Amino acid sequence: MSDAAIRVEHATRASRIGMTLLALLVVALAAAPLWADRASLRLMGEIFTFVALASLWNLLAGYAGLVSVGQQAYVGFGGYVLFAAAILFGVPPIAAIIVAGALAALLAVPVAALMFRLRGHYFAIGTWVVAEIFRLVAAQIGVLGGGSGVSLPAGVITGIAATRAMREYIIYWLALGLAVLVVGGIVLLLRSRYGLALTAIRDNETAARSNGISVMRIKYLVYVVTAAGTAMTGALIFLTKLRISPDTAFSVNDWTAFVIFITVIGGIGRVEGPLIGTIVFFLLRETLADLGSLYLLMLGAVAIVVMLFAPKGLWGFVADRFGWQAFPLERRLAHKP
Amino acid sequence: MPTLLALEQISKRFGAVVVADQIDLALAPGEALGIIGPNGAGKTSLFGMATGTLSPDSGRVIFDGADITTLPPERRCRLGLARSFQIPQPFGGMTVFENVVVAAAFGTGARERDVYAPCADILDRCGLSQKANRPAGALTLLDRKRLELARALATKPRVLLLDEVAGGLTEHECTALVALIKDIRADGVSVIWIEHIVHALVSVVDRLVVLHGGRFIAQGEPHSVIKSAPVQEIYMGIPADA
Repeated sequence: MSDAAIRVEHATRASRIGMTLLALLVVALAAAPLWADRASLRLMGEIFTFVALASLWNLLAGYAGLVSVGQQAYVGFGGYVLFAAAILFGVPPIAAIIVAGALAALLAVPVAALMFRLRGHYFAIGTWVVAEIFRLVAAQIGVLGGGSGVSLPAGVITGIAATRAMREYIIYWLALGLAVLVVGGIVLLLRSRYGLALTAIRDNETAARSNGISVMRIKYLVYVVTAAGTAMTGALIFLTKLRISPDTAFSVNDWTAFVIFITVIGGIGRVEGPLIGTIVFFLLRETLADLGSLYLLMLGAVAIVVMLFAPKGLWGFVADRFGWQAFPLERRLAHKP
Repeated sequence: MPTLLALEQISKRFGAVVVADQIDLALAPGEALGIIGPNGAGKTSLFGMATGTLSPDSGRVIFDGADITTLPPERRCRLGLARSFQIPQPFGGMTVFENVVVAAAFGTGARERDVYAPCADILDRCGLSQKANRPAGALTLLDRKRLELARALATKPRVLLLDEVAGGLTEHECTALVALIKDIRADGVSVIWIEHIVHALVSVVDRLVVLHGGRFIAQGEPHSVIKSAPVQEIYMGIPADA
């Protein structure tokens, strides 16, 4: 068989439809300041940050098999870097988001070296311990309010844009941009040679190693990249909150438990999973949050039902039945006539 | 005689179970070696130690003159040591074609685009062309075994370790497999084949070793090994001369 006789296709009909719908959605969302009120913009901004967090956790746990329950370490770190950069060094907040990503990547290198000595459950526990250490360290930083936290000075906020409306639009677009960047980046990564390796690692680590993939090197890379993305998201989250404290910044509940819920019910190990999961999570939260602790019980019940009846998550459940995929990630072999 | 792959004084035990007891094994370039032995004799463990998924308690693994005892599996694969697993280990969420592309791209270090055509060829040779775009997780056991072989071939091995690839095949399929393995040998690939289907094995290999209790109890020309007293005793339960 010669080179000319075969062709490899990435897109399917399903992925063409998926990409078209997603492109339209992004355009409509980018224009949201024209059609949505302030409260909706704020909610959608929050949704985008969770899309980013969950997509990153999915890359880490769903593909690289690194089940971290300590990603709040990087959310909090990113938040604190933003506050420190803005308060202590006068760095504009938007630039500080990028600084937070770069510093988190640097920090992740030694943390990964330490954590990768642990396997399986021990890795999970270890990451949580690291996040707690971060929290305790943050509480010791007097200039950033110690244990009680600190607010972003008004001057920093007004520096973003003159009017409140424009500030809110800019932060909304930043959140949308970050979510698109994270999801798009993951899709591009999965389309690359690394993606081939990552998907293989997701499916079978032993076979991946036996077929020439340097599994540890790729896990290391994914850990560092995810740390950077998570910290940038964290910086943006606390830019919208305007106030940071160790307990909110390093909350395992907000930044990891909900994120795991989103990823698992949406479909772990698939790019679409966290998108679906985030929508479900916010639908539940917006309709049930007034019920107090009953709300958390219902989240738990939903998680149990999904895990029992659709163990591959909601997206896995439908995608397997109908052969759906929203992103052109396949490599289909076609013979030319 | 030059040696391509050698196990030197390899020992391994799991608790009280000895799977390798100071085993010496040398494979010459181009040679095909068969390994038989009862279940639990330590055949698959030998492959594990040769490819690096299992570390020996003592002894050395030598490949092409270099000591590779502590090299991880991925490095050994890239040197040219490929293995098909006895219990197939497909990348279940990827298509059959993607499975082979992974092995070709990472096993040889080639660019992804450059391996597409050779991978299509390999699927053809292994009888998987029609199923190229199916998810590997949906394959039957038989096709999974074919995929194991296809993936191992895609890494362009110098030594191919086959672990029970013929089990469960029909007579017709078995003949096709034997032809394929002969074909692979003709390309200069050395082969070690663990197999219970003795007639298929004997028709391919130059030399046969019998593993029992972590030791080689017989080795040599295949037909005479099969007829030897210790082999008859293990497989038939009676001494050959009784």
